[in-house]
Amino acid sequence: MPEVEPTAAILDVATPSGSIEPTGDTELAVARTKRLGVIGWLAIIWLVLVALMAAVPSLFPVPELTERFPDSLRNRDFGPTSGHPLGFDTSGRDLLSKLVHGTRASMIVSVLAVSFGLVIGGTLGLIAGYFRGRVDTIITNAFNVGLAIPQLVLALTLAAVFASDANAGYGQRVLVVTFAIGFASIPILGRITRANTLTWANREFVLASKTIGAKTPRILIREVLPNVAPAMFSIALLGIAVAIVVEGGLALLGVGIPADITSPSWGNLIATGRSQMLLGEAGQVMAASTMVFFTVLSLNYLGDVVRARFDVRESAL
Amino acid sequence: MNNAIRKLGQLALVLFLVTLFTALLVSLLPGDPAEVIIPFGDERDREALREELNLDDPLPARYVAWLGDFVTGDFGNYYRQSITEPVGDRVGDAAPVSLQLMVYAQVLALLVAIPLGVITAQRAGGFLDKFANTTAFGVLAVPNFVLALVLSYFVGVELGWLPPQGYVRISRDLVEHLKSMALPAISLAAGQVAVYMRLLRTDMVATLQEDFILMAKAKGLSNKRVLWRHALRPSSLTLLTVAGLNVGTLVGGALIIEIIFTLPGMGTLIFQAISERQYVAIQSLVALIAIGYVLVNVAVDLLYSALDPRIRNARG
Amino acid sequence: MARRRITAQPSAEAQEPLLVVEDLRTTFRTPSGRVKAVNGVSFTLEQGRTLGVVGESGSGKSVLSRTIMGLLPPSNVEVTGSVRYRGHELVGASDRELRSLWGAELSMVFQDPMTSLNPVMRIGRQITESLRHHLDMPKDEADAMAISLLRSVKIPEPEKRVKQYPHELSGGMRQRVVIAVALACGPHLLFADEPTTALDVTVQAQILDLLDEQQRERFMSMVLVTHDLGVVAGRAHEIAVMYAGRVVEMAPTRTLFSDMRMPYTQALFESIPKLDLPSHTRLHVIPGRPPDLINPPAGCPFAPRCERAQPRCLDENPPLIEAETPGHKYACFYPVGTAEGDDALAENQRRGVQAAGVPVLVREKAS
Repeated sequence: MPEVEPTAAILDVATPSGSIEPTGDTELAVARTKRLGVIGWLAIIWLVLVALMAAVPSLFPVPELTERFPDSLRNRDFGPTSGHPLGFDTSGRDLLSKLVHGTRASMIVSVLAVSFGLVIGGTLGLIAGYFRGRVDTIITNAFNVGLAIPQLVLALTLAAVFASDANAGYGQRVLVVTFAIGFASIPILGRITRANTLTWANREFVLASKTIGAKTPRILIREVLPNVAPAMFSIALLGIAVAIVVEGGLALLGVGIPADITSPSWGNLIATGRSQMLLGEAGQVMAASTMVFFTVLSLNYLGDVVRARFDVRESAL
Repeated sequence: MNNAIRKLGQLALVLFLVTLFTALLVSLLPGDPAEVIIPFGDERDREALREELNLDDPLPARYVAWLGDFVTGDFGNYYRQSITEPVGDRVGDAAPVSLQLMVYAQVLALLVAIPLGVITAQRAGGFLDKFANTTAFGVLAVPNFVLALVLSYFVGVELGWLPPQGYVRISRDLVEHLKSMALPAISLAAGQVAVYMRLLRTDMVATLQEDFILMAKAKGLSNKRVLWRHALRPSSLTLLTVAGLNVGTLVGGALIIEIIFTLPGMGTLIFQAISERQYVAIQSLVALIAIGYVLVNVAVDLLYSALDPRIRNARG
Repeated sequence: MARRRITAQPSAEAQEPLLVVEDLRTTFRTPSGRVKAVNGVSFTLEQGRTLGVVGESGSGKSVLSRTIMGLLPPSNVEVTGSVRYRGHELVGASDRELRSLWGAELSMVFQDPMTSLNPVMRIGRQITESLRHHLDMPKDEADAMAISLLRSVKIPEPEKRVKQYPHELSGGMRQRVVIAVALACGPHLLFADEPTTALDVTVQAQILDLLDEQQRERFMSMVLVTHDLGVVAGRAHEIAVMYAGRVVEMAPTRTLFSDMRMPYTQALFESIPKLDLPSHTRLHVIPGRPPDLINPPAGCPFAPRCERAQPRCLDENPPLIEAETPGHKYACFYPVGTAEGDDALAENQRRGVQAAGVPVLVREKAS
């Protein structure tokens, strides 16, 4: 990666605090005010809903998870009816309830996994990008090795190996899945952090800090990190979306969150829904997939917005 | 030349570490590995297993032994109560299927994405461009296994146009083979189409501003010719590189899609190995996939430098 | 496509002008307003003659040549006026008509040879492409033709070069290739848009000589666009000086240099560094910047920078009028070499300032 020349940094439009030099350019002004738009707000609303479902499922007017509704079984009609907007699964249980209750597991796994990946990968990337030299070479090579195995394959290997204990409890299995996804995301998150750190660490204001005699941890935390943070936030959003999908993939491969009636997750709902689909009932699969779709869409959109808002190069146009 | 040597060194290092990691996976198993692998046998069988897998030896020795076996084609065994069979046999049948799926998906994706990319670049800012862009964004939010499930159900089961499951070998019936691979390939390709189309569009829009395009126009050539013969080739380099490197993403998706459509590829093998807790098999399969992925990346790198005459000459 | 002769022969038609441009105006619609890049240009060009178009950046000279050829993108561009090539009206012509003319009758050589050749296409192919498109030449004939074209533009070892890529050639050679591509089908009119600006000084003369030679051999007309008056000095039959989208002076070359009238032309002339001046002579600079093309001020566009500007110049736009020598037109109220002009200059020098308030210095006249 080429070094960013300090002189080139001066010519960059953005100043350290992230604000843009006034250029009088009408297009820049538009880009800044047009922050979210309708779709952006919809995305935020959806994500808030999802967060609520994860945190306080009892808030939502849905029947108990385990409750069966024999009418649907009797008539073999699992479609939506009054009071059950999404209909039932082939065991007669309310689908909406399963979805709402399944949110928690999926969200916990995704958010924790990405946080884990960001903390470790992000720190490594920060160090690699700031110090360069041998440390950088070692860390980058480690990332390259990690990236040499496709993310899903890595996650599934780890999940398979660590979940091999047949006596493992639900909690342990969830932890394994979280760790597997998180660990598999370290190389890519680390690499992106490193790239972002590289563009900031050589800026003049960091140099200025050094000459004042500030200690390295302070520089890293006070000067570099705040500038890398927005990009990392954007990546985190996108990373959570990926983690949700990987959770689904692991479930389909049989190493996801254990599929029990009391412990649904979006992923294992899709996985168990598959057998229902083969019987001709696609309701569960479609419902869970739609949840995933909208959540991923919202996360992708917001991730893009955040990135465009704070990406120095884009706004310098 | 230095460049090539450095890259080879990196490649060797990566391969070494990857294989090291997968080779030692078995050691990560909680408890006694031998017991986990052969829960059904007696102590004598386990002793034999420990012998075979060098479980009592120190790490380096174990790795070397494993490596030696691996490069000679010994990928370990499936240890079942009834029978012990070598993994290599199954791999020989499964690998081609997975490769077919990934190749079909890539080719399909490129066939669709290239014209779309060219057209949206030509009419940049127009209705088609915006529509394609939004659709691409939406498609990218759909996980490929979801698309696979949806297609397999609605097109396969409900409509019955294409088989929702099962695989037919080329040697048996070409048409049926293609039909059985159609839905899987489409599921894998859809997300790629979105990415490739946008990638190509960006590059083409930039290329179309260049002087040599104006010059080609000024020679009196038709718009179509300028677009496809002059603008496309320099713009397609990034696309082709990404397409090559994307094989990695495809691998992950391909595994799941094989399971959904019950194609007898590596994905199904891994799935079975996981369900049966065949850890030795898992280890070998993962190693194979990782090595394959690394080698493909290297091949793409070489291909890239061969395609672009500027890079070819610069590398010397 | 019917086959045509590769080089034009002087014929009875040589009496009729090849190109007649009348009141050509090109306006760009931009977010900041309508930019009048070409603001009423008229001239005629005979077959076999070279017209030099000189002006600073922003004078509209490049836009002029592209407008005449019809190469501007249709969106946000308005072209009015008339361009008649051999009797065909080009303004408003359909894409198909234009495409049949481009390469075959009208051709252009662009400024930067680095970017005007397709980097991933072999040189030979870039030449044979137009040959096969316009003249329907079979492949072997086209290949042979490409080699002989490269030879005619003085590229050594042309057989080897046809298989090479642009990046394997030096800048000067690349420009020769561009010329070969432009001349491949024997056009009657060549636009050379700053053909030497991107090249080394040592190579510039060679390229200009090459263009000269080709033009004479093929009896081709050429429009040579440049910002450097020195470039057109020995190589154009006629010179048009452009400023702010208008032709402010036009004359046969000799007349222009001996009898220049427009102060802008004189300023351009004087800013050419000359080898025989004593060392450390201050280079003459034209003060100020080119005018705003969106809201051009009333009056002569050069007035804010002209040494002799009088109040009249700021209010009225001088029309293009004929000088004593036929074929010499200029647009100035106080031209160089006339009594009124000299008086105006002297008065400004005495006051120390010209009508727009820009200071005026007395300087030695460079010869």
